[in-house]
Amino acid sequence: MSLEIKALHAQIPGREILKGLNLTINPGEVHAIMGPNGSGKSTLSKVLCGHDDYEVTSGEVLLDGENILDMAVDARSRAGLFLAFQYPHEIPGVSNANFLRAALKARLPKGEDIDAVKFYKQLYSRMDALEMDRSFTSRSVNEGFSGGEKKRNEILQLMMLEPKYAILDETDSGLDIDALKIVSRGVNAMRSENRGFLVITHYQRLLNYIQPDIVHVLKDGRIVKTGGKELSLELEERGYDWVTDESLAAAA
Amino acid sequence: MVTAPEPVDTDISDIKVDNTGNFTFPERNKFDSGFGITEKTVDFIADVKNDPDWIREFRHKALKIFQDKPMPTHWATKDLENIKFDEFRYYLSDGQKPKRSWDDVPDDVKKTFDRLGIPEQERKFLAGVEAQYDSEAAYSNIKAAVAEQGVIFVNSTEGLHNHPEIFRKWFGKVIPTGDNKFSALNSAVFSGGSFIYVPPGVKVKHPLQAYFRINSEQFGQFERTLIIADEGAEVMYMEGCTAPKFETATLHSAVVELVAMKGAKIQYVTVQNWSSNVFNLVTKRGIAHEDAVVKWIDCNIGSRLTMKYPGVIMKGKRARGEVISIALANSGQHQDTGAKMVHAADDTTSNVISKSISIGQGRSTYRGLVHIPKHLKGCKNNTECDALLINSNSHTDTYPAISVRGNQHSTQHEASVSQVSADQIFYLMQRGLSEAEAMSLSVNGFINDLAKEFPMEYSVELKRLIDLEMEGSVG
Repeated sequence: MSLEIKALHAQIPGREILKGLNLTINPGEVHAIMGPNGSGKSTLSKVLCGHDDYEVTSGEVLLDGENILDMAVDARSRAGLFLAFQYPHEIPGVSNANFLRAALKARLPKGEDIDAVKFYKQLYSRMDALEMDRSFTSRSVNEGFSGGEKKRNEILQLMMLEPKYAILDETDSGLDIDALKIVSRGVNAMRSENRGFLVITHYQRLLNYIQPDIVHVLKDGRIVKTGGKELSLELEERGYDWVTDESLAAAA
Repeated sequence: MVTAPEPVDTDISDIKVDNTGNFTFPERNKFDSGFGITEKTVDFIADVKNDPDWIREFRHKALKIFQDKPMPTHWATKDLENIKFDEFRYYLSDGQKPKRSWDDVPDDVKKTFDRLGIPEQERKFLAGVEAQYDSEAAYSNIKAAVAEQGVIFVNSTEGLHNHPEIFRKWFGKVIPTGDNKFSALNSAVFSGGSFIYVPPGVKVKHPLQAYFRINSEQFGQFERTLIIADEGAEVMYMEGCTAPKFETATLHSAVVELVAMKGAKIQYVTVQNWSSNVFNLVTKRGIAHEDAVVKWIDCNIGSRLTMKYPGVIMKGKRARGEVISIALANSGQHQDTGAKMVHAADDTTSNVISKSISIGQGRSTYRGLVHIPKHLKGCKNNTECDALLINSNSHTDTYPAISVRGNQHSTQHEASVSQVSADQIFYLMQRGLSEAEAMSLSVNGFINDLAKEFPMEYSVELKRLIDLEMEGSVG
């Protein structure tokens, strides 16, 4: 049982972005990926979820042993993969509650519907945990939300959908310190031995609140260094330039 | 002379079903005007319907106008030229009471009804098992209930025979025969449709409802509806249309006239889901007297070409006109819809909100006309038209014509075009929704604020219709 990324190569037309990426996330672990701009962090999250802007040229992604690269975006989601978006999309006219109901219903056998009473009970308790006003249930998904509200809404979806593996793509960007604490609290509440996390971030700050078990440095489409959470502090202090590709160094 | 064919039982083997679940029952019509339209056709209809002389003359005059008027292709789509008037039958009626049962209805059709959530008794009607056939409208039990309040709710034929004193006063007055080529055509061959009169002060609680259905191949349907709400009266009328899909073109050209007297309110709700070979060319207009309200709530799905611009003439002070419309054009379909608002008194208000959705090769056109003459004061118009495009081949146009004279009025016009972007669909699919579900949710979101204007059961049906349309539109 794990999310296993093996020698993954992916490109947009004319440019390879992921160049043989290897990473294994076991349930119960929180992995952080840090790296300079343009290293392929956001690309990795989209490729894992099946965005069709990117073409996978080789490699494998196994979710609990099953190769998901041939699966459609929605099937990967239902298989247990969740992405908290860096820029969550607005869906005008669709209320948050209806959106979540539709997403939960998509996980049920055809013809079955969710129990509305249970649903609202769960929704409200999770919104309370994220200090979201009840009015957000009837507001259109992300429409007119502040940057911080959008990020909280992503975490709300994570909490409602309870995926096996969650990717957080720069969830800290655009958050003030109070919102960062609230969002982190939500994520920490979801940490469990049955769930793996991949936290993508530029800044060490987030990792003070969501403490990773393992930190990776992504550079030029590859994981070039892996360490404990102390690595993130070192990166914060020294930047990325000093990090050399360990795998290449070993080969040399 | 008309002769009746022998009554024939429906045999299951007579039912034609194609692989997409479209179906037709065999036709057994007692009265059939044959193909094409001539003076003989008009006389045939007048004979069958036992028209009074003034209606017969009205029809003949209309036929002449129809024949003389050119197609409006100088502004409208050239597709109109593909209507071959000689290939339609203009009157079919009084079919043998069909001896068929629910068991005869193909399973695919039953499944579609199921998915649309159509109530049990309506399914039987829609499947042609029960109730009325072809061009005569079917009325619900409500008819008897409202009669106690003095409300007249009958078909147009009964209206002109039994209530001439009201019928004749207003018939053809809101929409003159020569308004356009298709109103003239309707005036020549009309049959079916409703006549409603609501006496002063009576507020009809339940919406009045009639279904129309095309059930004979190559048969043009020309219903004619006239609704009069007397002083202070209120009524809502709902019209739902479904048609099984036929292989050859079908023509539908209705005329609907509404008259709201002083302080009256009429709401006219339509949800149409025509098959994609139907020409749907409809003229709808209401007159609102002092303090009266005429509101058109209109949803057009399907058809090959729909041209429909519900209008309100605000004739009395403080009158209000509204058009709320939703149009959905899938591949091979053209929704050419809009609104006409004619301000003819001081302090009148009009509101137009139009939303269109174009999918695949589908095409949506908005045409709006707002007219406020110079000598009036205090008139207001608000026009919003929003278009949603789904995939790059779809097409939308907006042709607003706002003529406002004088400087004591307020008008505002907003138009927007948006797309369901690939990233929006990716976002929704990442949450587990299939592509079709993601599309449906986006489209239902787009029309959400308007869907609330529809009566509950219609908005539910509307949502399901959109689900079905979206399913068919993604690979």
